[in-house]
Amino acid sequence: MDGARINRALARLASEIVEENHGATDLYLVGIRRRGVPLAERMADKIADLEGNRPPVGILDITLYRDDLSTVGVNPVVNRTELPGDIEGRNIVLIDDVLYTGRTIRAALDQLIDFGRPRRVQLAVLIDRGKEHRELPIQADYIGKVVPTKKSEIIKVMLTDFDEEEGVAIVERPTAES
Amino acid sequence: MSTNFNRKDLLGIRELSPAEITHILDTAESFRDVSRREIKKVPTLRGRTVINLFFEASTRTRTSFEIAAKRLSADAINISASSSSVTKGETLLDTARNLEAMAPDCIVIRHNCAGAPHQLARICRAGIVNAGDGSHEHPTQALLDALTIREHKGGIEGLKVAIIGDILHSRVARSNIHLLTALGASVSVAGPGTLVPKDFTELVEKGLRVERRIEDAIEGADVVMILRIQRERQTSAFFPSMREYAVHYGLHLEHLTLASQDAIVMHPGPMNRGIEISSEVADGSRSLILDQVSNGVAVRMAILYLLAGGGRAGGDVDDTTKRIGE
Repeated sequence: MDGARINRALARLASEIVEENHGATDLYLVGIRRRGVPLAERMADKIADLEGNRPPVGILDITLYRDDLSTVGVNPVVNRTELPGDIEGRNIVLIDDVLYTGRTIRAALDQLIDFGRPRRVQLAVLIDRGKEHRELPIQADYIGKVVPTKKSEIIKVMLTDFDEEEGVAIVERPTAES
Repeated sequence: MSTNFNRKDLLGIRELSPAEITHILDTAESFRDVSRREIKKVPTLRGRTVINLFFEASTRTRTSFEIAAKRLSADAINISASSSSVTKGETLLDTARNLEAMAPDCIVIRHNCAGAPHQLARICRAGIVNAGDGSHEHPTQALLDALTIREHKGGIEGLKVAIIGDILHSRVARSNIHLLTALGASVSVAGPGTLVPKDFTELVEKGLRVERRIEDAIEGADVVMILRIQRERQTSAFFPSMREYAVHYGLHLEHLTLASQDAIVMHPGPMNRGIEISSEVADGSRSLILDQVSNGVAVRMAILYLLAGGGRAGGDVDDTTKRIGE
């Protein structure tokens, strides 16, 4: 998947989101750090192109809600969570780059609910690595592309916000780690 | 991004590298947000136990550590010497071994003897946090002071900081001098000759200035830190009377005209109003005394997270891209 295809996938996701939610009035996009954040921003731009109004974009850092803190070794860096305005009663679309075990989304949902009670929460991902990897009953409502992968592989989503080029690649996991 | 803070304990500022200090402050900044939310609690340290072992009086620091632990969902237990087996003659190390047998993840200790936390660190598996040891160090106070300065001045490097008062007995001063000089501030201290230690030569070589008159220290300062007169640590007469101290070394509004225009005033508390600091200054617009207290919770959350948060397996994890389950 290259930059152009990422862009096309986002455009399709944006129109699916708008269609499903009958417009963009109550929408509130929330990107999960790190790569979910630029994806959410781009999605908001595309929704603005379609509907004329740009939904607000929030940022979740799920570090403090991880369920594997005692096993990851060195403490992950804690970054800020920024949810402008109130999420109470809003129609939230969580956005992340890759859906794999579902544990990141579980952490994001728990954190979101600590900030208020949204009316509805949906999930949009650029890449779904396939249902067979899921460790929790979590599925995406909007999927850019399903990429079946093996556990020994890693999906690398590269975005110009963090990386030199744009694209999605499957790479072998470097060494055997849990 | 993958700065490692891989220590088991936080015993003092002196042994920390500038990168480690900055990493703690950055982490604390993220935690500051948690205290501003409606639900001031995150599940990060669920199932962890933090023991606050206080052999000296404290309201601010003990409460601050307790709130920090609770906001991280850890269980916090407070032990103060007056109500513990210490009154029955148990030694510090025996107390520590007994606590250790109950498998805490972190022990926060304040003790009137310098080095007490270091002794605990050698025998305990739990992470030890020094919450003040005698006249030695008070690292979390220096860190919260630095966080407050950073918040208002944008950084530490290049700032002029004046520390005024009882330097001799002050662990706050020692930790602050180490931290501020490590991050590139220029620090001057002033106080009665009897209350400024003679053994500061090592620090003087690093650029610390020692002044006799507080006016000389405050001149052009961006930050003025006032220390508390520690009556409980003064074993002999270091100055004739409190009144005389207030006259010569108390901070008054007129002193601030010597400082830089947007200078800030800090005090670690508890204040002796009218002695080391006048009420006009303490309650004035430049005073950040209550900001310091708020930042104290954030800094202590960061420390507890860094010490008790992850496993301590070591190795380099690119944490920002590493996802749960991978």
